[in-house]
Amino acid sequence: MTHSPLEASPLFHIGPVPISDFVIVTWGIMALLFLFALTVTRRLSLAPGKGQTTLEILVGTIDGQIRDTMQAEPGPYRALIGTIFVFVLLANWSSLIPGVEPPTSHVETDAALGLIVFCAIIFYGIRTRGLTGYLATFAEPTWIMIPLNLVEQITRTFSLIVRLFGNMMSGVFVIGIVLSLAGLLVPIPFMALDLLTGTIQAYIFTVLAMVFIGAAVSEGGSSNQNGATS
Amino acid sequence: MSNLIQVVSIFAAALAVSFGAIAALGEGRAVAAAMDAIARQPESAGTLSRTLFVGLAMIETMAIYCLVIALLVLFANPFIVK
Repeated sequence: MTHSPLEASPLFHIGPVPISDFVIVTWGIMALLFLFALTVTRRLSLAPGKGQTTLEILVGTIDGQIRDTMQAEPGPYRALIGTIFVFVLLANWSSLIPGVEPPTSHVETDAALGLIVFCAIIFYGIRTRGLTGYLATFAEPTWIMIPLNLVEQITRTFSLIVRLFGNMMSGVFVIGIVLSLAGLLVPIPFMALDLLTGTIQAYIFTVLAMVFIGAAVSEGGSSNQNGATS
Repeated sequence: MSNLIQVVSIFAAALAVSFGAIAALGEGRAVAAAMDAIARQPESAGTLSRTLFVGLAMIETMAIYCLVIALLVLFANPFIVK
């Protein structure tokens, strides 16, 4: 209980790069997702088996969410949004494996995810409106709003990072405290609650990424129709 | 001297977390309003709950900020020399 949740202890070094345990978990999740997608999409058929049906339900649900939230065709966004959702969900649930801390409970993983979303907002904004068109959206109501809009870009990404980090880290923290106070079976309700929090946080991270990208690409002045900024 | 700073830090962390709990009031109001709306219009429950979740996440961010400040004060305090 004495070690800080804000710093990670490296396991070993590859050259100058320190590798800690949650980096290994991250790469394990990535390998798992890659192998699953590869083996299922190898043999696609019109009469789907179990794996393909699971994948189709997942992709269909994500498509529906994108269509509802962004009011756009899901084609260009499916890969990014879907991967973010599945990765964050698996990362949050990886605490089920004994001895594994969820990688999202370290601020580095969340910062990397937030940076991906930050770059994706700019990328999709420029691709839809062109460079000058995207830059013009910063002066949208009047030019006085330019500093506020610039600050908003940073703060909403920061709050995206801190939200995921705070929720997951506090779950791990509470389980650690309860485990050091009481015995074997007491932390189980907290772990169940942690599963629920993990699901909701993965959903919220994805929805907010969709809302931010949707606000960057939406035509005209309807960028705040989903009511979510900050 | 460093001892005094540690004592003050613990009180500051407790104060930050307890002020963060005020966000629960806001969450309660939001959930109550959403329940009211769902009771009036059950057919729009899907859209309402999606917006509710996003809004709750926004409100909860304030509490999470307080938690992060408390952790910074406890574990990464710049005034405590290690």
